[in-house]
Order: sequence, then structure tokens, then C-alpha cells
Amino acid sequence: MELLSSIFSRDNVLFLLAGMRTTIVIAASTILIALFFGTILGLVRNYDHGILGKLSAVYIETFRNTPLILWILAIRFLVPIPAFYSGILSMSVFTTAIMAEVVRGGLNSINKGQFEAAYSQGFGFFQTLRFIIIPQCFKNIVPSLLSQMITTVKDTSFLWAVAIEEFTGKGMILMGRFASSTQVFILFAFMAGMYFIINFTLSSIVRRQNTKGQNLKKPVLVEA
Amino acid sequence: MNSSPFSLDKWGRLFVSWQTFAEGFLTTLVIAVLALALALLLGIVFGMFSSSHLRGLKGVSRVYVEFIQNIPLVIQIFFLYNGLPLVGIMLDKFTIGVLGIGVYTGAYISEVVRAGIQSIPVGQMEAAKSQGFTHVQAMRYIILPQTVKIVLPPLTNQAVNLIKNTSVLAMIAGGDLMYRADSWASSQLLYGPAYVTTGLLYFVLCFPLATWARNYEQRLKSHDVQSAVLLQKSKKVFWGSLPELSKKGAA
Repeated sequence: MELLSSIFSRDNVLFLLAGMRTTIVIAASTILIALFFGTILGLVRNYDHGILGKLSAVYIETFRNTPLILWILAIRFLVPIPAFYSGILSMSVFTTAIMAEVVRGGLNSINKGQFEAAYSQGFGFFQTLRFIIIPQCFKNIVPSLLSQMITTVKDTSFLWAVAIEEFTGKGMILMGRFASSTQVFILFAFMAGMYFIINFTLSSIVRRQNTKGQNLKKPVLVEA
Repeated sequence: MNSSPFSLDKWGRLFVSWQTFAEGFLTTLVIAVLALALALLLGIVFGMFSSSHLRGLKGVSRVYVEFIQNIPLVIQIFFLYNGLPLVGIMLDKFTIGVLGIGVYTGAYISEVVRAGIQSIPVGQMEAAKSQGFTHVQAMRYIILPQTVKIVLPPLTNQAVNLIKNTSVLAMIAGGDLMYRADSWASSQLLYGPAYVTTGLLYFVLCFPLATWARNYEQRLKSHDVQSAVLLQKSKKVFWGSLPELSKKGAA
């Protein structure tokens, strides 16, 4: 009991909670920013056959084939903004590319006949996208979006590499003050447990969505 | 001119230290290959577990997948690096890389393998058993060979993720490409060229794999409608989506 109160003293708990808040704020901002720009990028890559389509393909492939930690370090040292914003920026530019591919997966799952049907009813290209294609696309990609959220929450822990004190960072700082191995192991279990609770909740929703999806016409395969 | 982070003399200084980058690249490559071997082994075993009918095996596999997939890789690596030595288990950083990243990717591959096995109609297993195959034999000779084609693209994507994830070792000074590049960059205060070079080196490893996976999947869909249809589960879905699949293949 004494051991537990030495680890989870009021100060320590507040310290860790502050880290969790940073983690959640960065993850949530990243997901929102990435979803917005990822949708644009995915649409452009899929439907523009000119220079814009090529540029978004280059963007997507560049970020998909290089590690996140590289962008975290590069943006931290090359872009002169505060650490916290540099964290959001690097996570966002990277996750945007992943989101773009998720959105593209959704777009490709929609039958081309939908376009033809909409055109025959007098819809223009953008109207078709706005009212017919995008709503169906987002409905199909809910499971992939949720798994991307899990990945993003986990990815925030890379930010400790540039000393942004998110949950992992705070935990490791606290761990440095502990001497006994029992304290260290309990803290590790606590950190892992907190991430687990958040992500397991999300992944349970994914599973429910997936089983529901089997009744749909075409399930979208999730790639982590 | 010289104040630019990408000026020419800075590239020159990087070129002189090319060995640092070459060593890092090689370390990353070796760790990635060994970790992939471990991940494949774990993935196939646990993937078979989770598609078996024994509740115990299913449970073991489920626990493995959920624990590993829902906890950040960074925490798992820190645990191997900072936690285990306290109980007398000292692993060198290379081993931590192979073990940590292999076990992590294994959980993802296990899910890929499970999806592959479940895409093979149950009749195949029943037919094999009626011919006297044991469960393991049927898996080995009938089921797994058929899944190879279907699981190759997602498997390759996991290999790409694995290569990218080796960069986590930079956080424990692991001697991989990311670590060497970063420590070189901060010792020389030359960030621009170092990061561009590092990015390119990761890109040459990942891009061919990712592109191959995409093209292979496309080919699979267009020329082999049947195997794509196997991914669908029920007969109703089969008829519902057949025209759509062929149309998509043509696009």
C-alpha cells in the first residue's frame, strides 16, 4: 500500500494526467487535420489525372514510405515553432498521407455506376461527389478510420524523441525518480494499461463495426 | 548561401561521412530482416491458433494480438530496454530491436494470416479431413498454400511498416539508420542534408515493396476475380458484388 502511494501520490498522478492531456490533444488535432487534408488529397489523387493528381501521389508515397520519427525530428529541428506545435505539425503531415489512402480505399469501394446514375439525373461532378460518393465513402471507411485513430494515439509516443512531454514522456521522467524495480514495473504496467484502455475501447468499436459490415454489400479491408 | 540548411558545402561534409550512414542502413536492414522472420513465424502460428476451433488457443492468440496492438511500440521497447535489466535480463540493443519489433509486427501478421485462412471455404478443410488429413496436415498442404496469394499484399504492407518501425530504436540509441543520422546531424549541426539522405534511404527500401504490393493486389482483382470473391463470405454477398468486382478490375 505504501508502495502504491509512493508511485501514485497526488503530485505524480497530476503529472501523469497532464501528459495524458497532451497526448489526447495532439492525437485529436492530428486526426481532425489529417482527415480534412487527407480527404482532399485522396479525392485529388483519385479523380485528377493532371499535375495535381501526380503531386498528391508524390506526397502520399513520400510520407507512406518514410518513418514518422524522421518527420518528427526533421520538423522539430528545421521548422522554428514551439515543440508542442511542431509535434502536431509533424504528426499531421504524416497522418494526412495515411488518411488519404484510407479515403481512397473508400472511394474505390464505390461502384462506378453511381457516377453514371448521378450524371443521368443531372448532377455535376462535384455535386455527385458531395451528395452521392463522399457520404457512402465515409460510411464504408469507419472501421479503417477507427484503426487509424488507434495508430495515431500510439504514434504520439514517438514525440518523446524530441522531448515533448506527452504521456510516455511524463511516465519516463517519473520513472527516472524511482529506485526500486517494483515501482518501475508498476509504472510500466500503468502506462501500458492507460494506452490499452483507450485503444482497446476503439478497437472494440472497430470489431463491432466490422461484424455489422458483413451484412453490407462490400466490406472494406482494414490494413493497419 | 551558406546559411541555408541545404547549402552545397554541407552536402560535401555529409558525403565525407557516408560510412556512418552506410553502417546505419546496414544495421536497419539486418534488424528488419531478422525481425520479419520472427514476425512471420509468430504471425503464422498465432494466426492458425485464432482460426482453430479450440477456445484455449483462440484465447491465447487474442490476448497476444490485443495486448501488442493496443500498446505503443515505444513502451514495449522501453520495457525491454529499461525494465527487464532490473530483473537481471540484459539484452543488447540489436536483440531488443529484433525481438521488440518482431513480436510487435507478429501481432499484425497474425491478423493477416487469420483473415487469409478464414477466406478459404470451410469445405476445403472438411474435404481434406475426409481424406484422412490431420488438422495440421490439412493446414500445411491444403489451406495455407491457398492463402499465400491473398495474404501477400497485406503481408508486404506489414513488412513496409516493420522497416519504418525499426526507427523506434533511435529512441534507445540503437545504432540503426535513424539513430546514426540523428546523432551525426546533431553533432555536426547539419540537419537538412542528413534528414533528406535518411528519408531517401528508407524510401528505397519501402517504396518498391509498397508499389509491388499495390500492383499485385490490382492484378489479383482484375485477372483472378474468383480469388477476390473468396474474400467475400456468404453466397448472397458473392452474387451481390460480382459485377462490381469485375468492373473495378477493368478500371
